[in-house]
Amino acid sequence: MSVNQTTSDDVLIGRIAQGDRLAMQVLFARHHVRVYRFVLRLVSDPATAEDLISEVFLDVWRQADRFEGRSAVSTWMLAIARFKALSALRKRPDKELDEETAAAIEDPSDDPEVSVQKKDKSAALRTCLKALSPEHREIIDLVYYHEKSVEEVAEIVGIPENTVKTRMFYARKKLAELLKTAGVERGWP
Amino acid sequence: MSTMNGKAPERQDIEDLLPWHAAGTLGRRDAERVETAIAADKELARRFDLVREELAETIHLNESLGAPSARAMQTLFAAIEQDGATSPRRRVSINFSSRVSAFFSSLSPRTLAWSATAAVLAIVLQAVVISSVVLKGSSASRSYETASAELPSQAGQGSDVLVRFAPQASAADITKFLQTHKATLVAGPTGDLYRVRVSTTRLPKNELDTIVKALQSERGVIALVLPTN
Repeated sequence: MSVNQTTSDDVLIGRIAQGDRLAMQVLFARHHVRVYRFVLRLVSDPATAEDLISEVFLDVWRQADRFEGRSAVSTWMLAIARFKALSALRKRPDKELDEETAAAIEDPSDDPEVSVQKKDKSAALRTCLKALSPEHREIIDLVYYHEKSVEEVAEIVGIPENTVKTRMFYARKKLAELLKTAGVERGWP
Repeated sequence: MSTMNGKAPERQDIEDLLPWHAAGTLGRRDAERVETAIAADKELARRFDLVREELAETIHLNESLGAPSARAMQTLFAAIEQDGATSPRRRVSINFSSRVSAFFSSLSPRTLAWSATAAVLAIVLQAVVISSVVLKGSSASRSYETASAELPSQAGQGSDVLVRFAPQASAADITKFLQTHKATLVAGPTGDLYRVRVSTTRLPKNELDTIVKALQSERGVIALVLPTN
């Protein structure tokens, strides 16, 4: 994220704190897709993700006057989004969760399409990224897609910075294992 | 992590940073460290390429997730409309009150006690000033009046004097004056005179005169003292 955008987000939050709805629309337009995708990757349900981003931005509207600017606005919003997503996941019936988890972590080698994917390393990588646990999926997304620094990930997830690095290492290790199972040997770790 | 795969700590440290280096989110110093290490280590460079593959496919995967429908925005702004009563603008004033409360909470008990005393005296002074102004206004149309005639008669209940306080006397000065002389305000002001009780018993004239003289010596607080008995 550029410095200008960060500054601009801070200005928007200042206006939102004064009740400026246009500033709220601008902030929503700027960030809602990324926040939606972050939440969707956690809850795996588009309708729930849509409901949750409305709640996330409503929290932003209500709490804008308490934003202290210690972190980027996007980092603050992702932290809110993560909390909302995990709360929604906790409310789901266990059966529903089990079925989803099972679907997500199904061994790609059992899938008839895997043989085709072996020829397509990129597609295999994407399939395996989907099969990661929510914890590993989350950190991979935050680092690679949401462009969050070690410090920012630590703030969003609520873990020490060293744990961020460790968790990222194990997420990548798991990804490599899934790829290996799918027939893609990368020579690491 | 530092002993992972038996690698040297420095090398492992650098490898841990590869994902952030690929995403361009490292600080300048760390980025230069990683660049230098990659340039000198072919295996590290190969692993950096693996990281870049992961980065590219993670972006591809996320971009394929689509975007939320307009429903999300409609829901949000409908909620904001309903939330009008608790809009941020209103909460700012609540927070101001909270900050004021927090300020007073932060004061020590002694400071708080002095503040409370000062506040009470300020209120008394205000009441005195307001009463004076109101009564002056109401008496403006009168041609003549005696202070003793206007003030409620307290005859037989103690010894009173009529007092005009000095303009420069503060509420604290007046309070101290009353305490020193064990006196109490019993009525007034009428015009700018107050009835002050200096004794709860009816004193002989000579004793009252002595008290009046003593009160008159308080030049900073008293402008005029008149016996009423």
